[in-house]
Amino acid sequence: MNLAALPLLDQAVLVLAAMALFSAFALLAQSRLLSAIHVFAWQGALVAAVAALTGAASGDVNLYISAAITFVLKVLLIPWMLHRLVRRLALERQADPLPYPALTLLAGAAIVVFADWVAAPVAQFEHSATRNVIAISLAIVLLGMLTMVVRRQALAQVLGFMAIENGLFLAAVASTHGMPLVVELGVAFDVLVAMVLFGVFFLQIKDSIDTLDIDRLSQLASSVEQDEDTEPPR
Amino acid sequence: MMLAALALPLAGVAVLAALASAAVSLAASRWPRVLSWLSFPLLGVCALAALASGIDALWFGGAHQAVLPLGLPWLPWEVSVDPLTGVFLLILGAVLLAVAVYGPGYAREFRNGRDSLAALGVFTALFVLGMLGVLLAADAFLFMVAWELMSLASYFLVAFQHEQAEHRHAAFLYLLMAHVAGLAILLAFGVLAAASGSFSFAAMRAVHPDAFWAAVAFTLALLGFGTKAGLAPLHVWLPEAHPAAPSHISALMSAVMLKVALYGFLRVVFDLLGPPQWGFGVTLVLVGGATAVMGVLFALQQTDLKRLLAYSSIENLGIIFLALGLAQIFQAAGHPALAALALVAALYQALNHALLKGLLFLGAGAVLHGAHERSLDHLGGLLRRMPRTGWFFLIGCLGMAAVPPFNGFVSEWLTFQAALQAWQLHDSLLRILVPLAAAALALTAALGAAVFVRAFGTAFLGRARSRQARHAHEVGRGMLAGQALLVLGIAIAALLPGPVLGLLARAATQLTGAAVTGDGWLWLTPISPRVASYAPLPILAVLLVVGALGVALLRPRRRAAIRRAVPWDCGFAPPTPRMQYSAAGFAQPQRRVFAPLYALHEQVTPGRYELAVGDRAWRQLYLPLGALTDRVADRARRMQAGHVRRYLAWSLITLLVLLWIVS
Amino acid sequence: MDRVLTLTAALLQPLLLLAAAPLLVAWIRRVKARLQNRRGAPLLTPYRELRKLLGKEAVVARTASPLFRIAPYVVFAATLLAAAALPVLSTLLPGARVADAIALIGLLGLARIMLTLAGLDAGTAFGGMGASREMLVTTFAEPALLLVVFTLAMTTHTTNLASMAASTLAGDSVLRPSYMFALAALLLVGVAECGRIPVDNPSTHLELTMIHEGMLLEYSGRHLALMEWAAQLKLALFAVLTVDLFLPWGLATRLSPLALLGALAALVLKLAALGALLALGETVLAKMRLFRVPGFLAMAFLLALLGLLAHVILESAL
Repeated sequence: MNLAALPLLDQAVLVLAAMALFSAFALLAQSRLLSAIHVFAWQGALVAAVAALTGAASGDVNLYISAAITFVLKVLLIPWMLHRLVRRLALERQADPLPYPALTLLAGAAIVVFADWVAAPVAQFEHSATRNVIAISLAIVLLGMLTMVVRRQALAQVLGFMAIENGLFLAAVASTHGMPLVVELGVAFDVLVAMVLFGVFFLQIKDSIDTLDIDRLSQLASSVEQDEDTEPPR
Repeated sequence: MMLAALALPLAGVAVLAALASAAVSLAASRWPRVLSWLSFPLLGVCALAALASGIDALWFGGAHQAVLPLGLPWLPWEVSVDPLTGVFLLILGAVLLAVAVYGPGYAREFRNGRDSLAALGVFTALFVLGMLGVLLAADAFLFMVAWELMSLASYFLVAFQHEQAEHRHAAFLYLLMAHVAGLAILLAFGVLAAASGSFSFAAMRAVHPDAFWAAVAFTLALLGFGTKAGLAPLHVWLPEAHPAAPSHISALMSAVMLKVALYGFLRVVFDLLGPPQWGFGVTLVLVGGATAVMGVLFALQQTDLKRLLAYSSIENLGIIFLALGLAQIFQAAGHPALAALALVAALYQALNHALLKGLLFLGAGAVLHGAHERSLDHLGGLLRRMPRTGWFFLIGCLGMAAVPPFNGFVSEWLTFQAALQAWQLHDSLLRILVPLAAAALALTAALGAAVFVRAFGTAFLGRARSRQARHAHEVGRGMLAGQALLVLGIAIAALLPGPVLGLLARAATQLTGAAVTGDGWLWLTPISPRVASYAPLPILAVLLVVGALGVALLRPRRRAAIRRAVPWDCGFAPPTPRMQYSAAGFAQPQRRVFAPLYALHEQVTPGRYELAVGDRAWRQLYLPLGALTDRVADRARRMQAGHVRRYLAWSLITLLVLLWIVS
Repeated sequence: MDRVLTLTAALLQPLLLLAAAPLLVAWIRRVKARLQNRRGAPLLTPYRELRKLLGKEAVVARTASPLFRIAPYVVFAATLLAAAALPVLSTLLPGARVADAIALIGLLGLARIMLTLAGLDAGTAFGGMGASREMLVTTFAEPALLLVVFTLAMTTHTTNLASMAASTLAGDSVLRPSYMFALAALLLVGVAECGRIPVDNPSTHLELTMIHEGMLLEYSGRHLALMEWAAQLKLALFAVLTVDLFLPWGLATRLSPLALLGALAALVLKLAALGALLALGETVLAKMRLFRVPGFLAMAFLLALLGLLAHVILESAL
């Protein structure tokens, strides 16, 4: 595929997709929660922009609606809710540094290579000019999962989960010009509900055991006595 | 045409000279002077003959074969010299010549010790003989005999100073690993011989095993030769064994024996095994890349100068195997010209590493000789005490650090150029993998520079950290001449890459069928002038001219050129040698960054800091393996109850089973 | 006649860069001063500093070896030679045939190794500190720089800098995600390699922060002048490298006076913009702790790696 032969809009789609990939890495490496939320918002904006540009390239109105929903949900609403949650849980200043940042990032790069290898046969059947984006979106999905694996902070895991959704959305937009609108709306609603549930759960968890470090959650079963020693919240 | 046929006779002269050296060395226990006046000069003759034979084989090309009236009646030994052999004969000759000049001075040290000089002379000569035999062998039988001779002779050399327990331990580990390697190689030849029905290389070349057995043979060859070449994670013997041997033997082991293992791998996989497969290439790239990065990271943390050099050898062999992997990938993808380029890069790297590591080990030997110390934490300021050795060592370090216009850069540049042709590949995985391999190489190169800045900076610069270093003395003329010879070789490889590449290209052409050109004596343009070119002579010329102009223009006319004073050091108290950065301190940042890759044991007590940097391969691979062996041995011991009749019963059962199988 | 002209141009370009390097530093200092509401020093100050240093007597530590006195000349010559491989005004450059982009990085490596060895030579604590830290920086910065070059070489199929610039000039303007990443990586690497904030601070001798200055502490007189000049040249070199690789528009493809004048004007504009950008960055950012520097450099390496991956995944033929 000769890049210069593509129309400018498609070139822009590729650039935005690449930036979305970078944001997935930034999400992986960002140790501060608030910054990570900002990165997530940027990723949402990039994905929305990809949808809008693909819409402009194909003239599909549905894609504009998808882009608008994504923008409202993932750039404005969810980051805002997360922000509020962080403030209510008093986590603004808490850092959650990766144990081995260099190794994690290398693993991330390996995942990108793997995604490209896996996606290569799929991409060959596609006729869209932006077929290469499939590999990128798969990589974003896998990087989101990696984020969930390496992060200890529960809120960061939510971000990883949402990033996975971003990746799936990107794949849908790039390969088939978006899911049917009904599905799209359903997914959006699901994500929103999930977000609300996460928020409620976290508040409860924080209230009862005073931490959101999920490594500590594994000790719940065996540490009942310990809990009695710690002072009650507030 | 007469000259073309000389390659094989010259190689024969080399073999005879090595044999003669072994024979006369027997007398060294009674007359120590024999070692200096006969054994080493005979090795020098052997080296010159090998060098001439190698150049002859490369210059004229073509293969020369002969069948020896030796060996088993139905299995005569065959020998041959072709361009591939030539490259390695060249390497062996060049390093051995330097060692032969250097050796008498170094061995004088042992004259008053308890160690047997005869053993040193005999086993050195047999070691050389074994390596020559491996290179010349044209059938699997002779190859294995020579290989085992090489391994055993070098075992005795590693165990030479056997009163030190760590040397005995190193030698035992080496023997063990060498045996496992020998077994794997034997099996690899078994696979090839089964396919062709003959032990002769010519027959193996004609008939290839099918894909499955080819993969088996490849794996066995990689295990066998890789163990000898120090590929991770089979490298653990190397940093123990190479430092334990006397320094000129370390030079031979690091500079030549590792290359002999490389030769064996090239011979089996690139020459005998048959059609290349991209899977082999990917394996080689991954193993080579991992070895290179691992080797350089551990080299960075060593405080023993010779161990540091040994780890750096592991790194270099990793780079070479990485380049071989590129060659295999390109060949499998149907780009023989690019495969030849990658192969030339690998061979050039092998030549460079032999010259440089030979020089550095001889330099380390000189430091050991002059300062009686090889720990970087006790050296320092040697450049002023041992100026000639120091400047030679600096040349070796700059070559290893792969900066222009030194020779290490040429082979690195060639490897990069080969890797950058990855866009011609069709498979997208390979197209990603090859540049990533180049990235690993780039990381290795940067860390390699740090390794040698640290080594040279702490040993030769700064101020003496111990009494021995303060009283170090320059070594004798012979030892300096040995180093100077290698510097000469380095200069040729660094400044005339075109002709050297032209010679090495014969071997690459032999293995890939495609030609590589150096494009004249001045420029190195392996692909085309538009793509890339490199010319070290103008670079050196400009460096010299600008430097000379600077000195001439800036030198003050009226007053003294410089004034000497106490170091400034920000105006604090006059600095003492203990305030310098230590070798361990210098590498501390990298130790932090790459902490998960090291097995670190740090202990801080008031006024004291202890650090041990261990190899993870030990704990995670070898110790479990050792425990498993112990358990199996434990089981097996139950059979040995000590009753003679039970042993007879076992024998009877075995006999019955065998008869059943045979029928 | 043509060859003579080309050769003259090849000789003059690095010298032009050498002459202009202190000016670039002065310009950055000036912009920085303005951003901090100061007036700043005149643009000729760095030249005066160099002249002053060249006139002073050279004091050498008693503990230093001959290498200490050779190092400044090698560092200076190697950096100048690296500059000769760069197309400054015109893409017709024989110097680029002697040393391609990889050799340029190698020459900078030679300069750096001599610099670090010189830092270790006097046997002082600060020299070793600077050398050790410089090696940490280069551990990541050099591979990242090589990866940037690789990314561009995979696109343009050459490592010759002049051909690279020429091929970018000849092609259509294309949005390349890989170039975006590579540019970001190159900017980070340039900041680290030239010892600017947030990696190193060129205007401090605080023991906890210094890298480059730590290695120069023992130097004085003409030796220090050469080292300083080489450092300034290196900054200019990175600026021109960035411009050559990513914004080559304006480079002369012929050796006509008009084209060269146009190239000069374009170069001045581009370098002024880049310098102002650096000054802005140095004003906004604070120097980071040394132990965060590996993170910064790992980011550069990651960006360069992503550039390469983006090239293979998004841009090359399937």
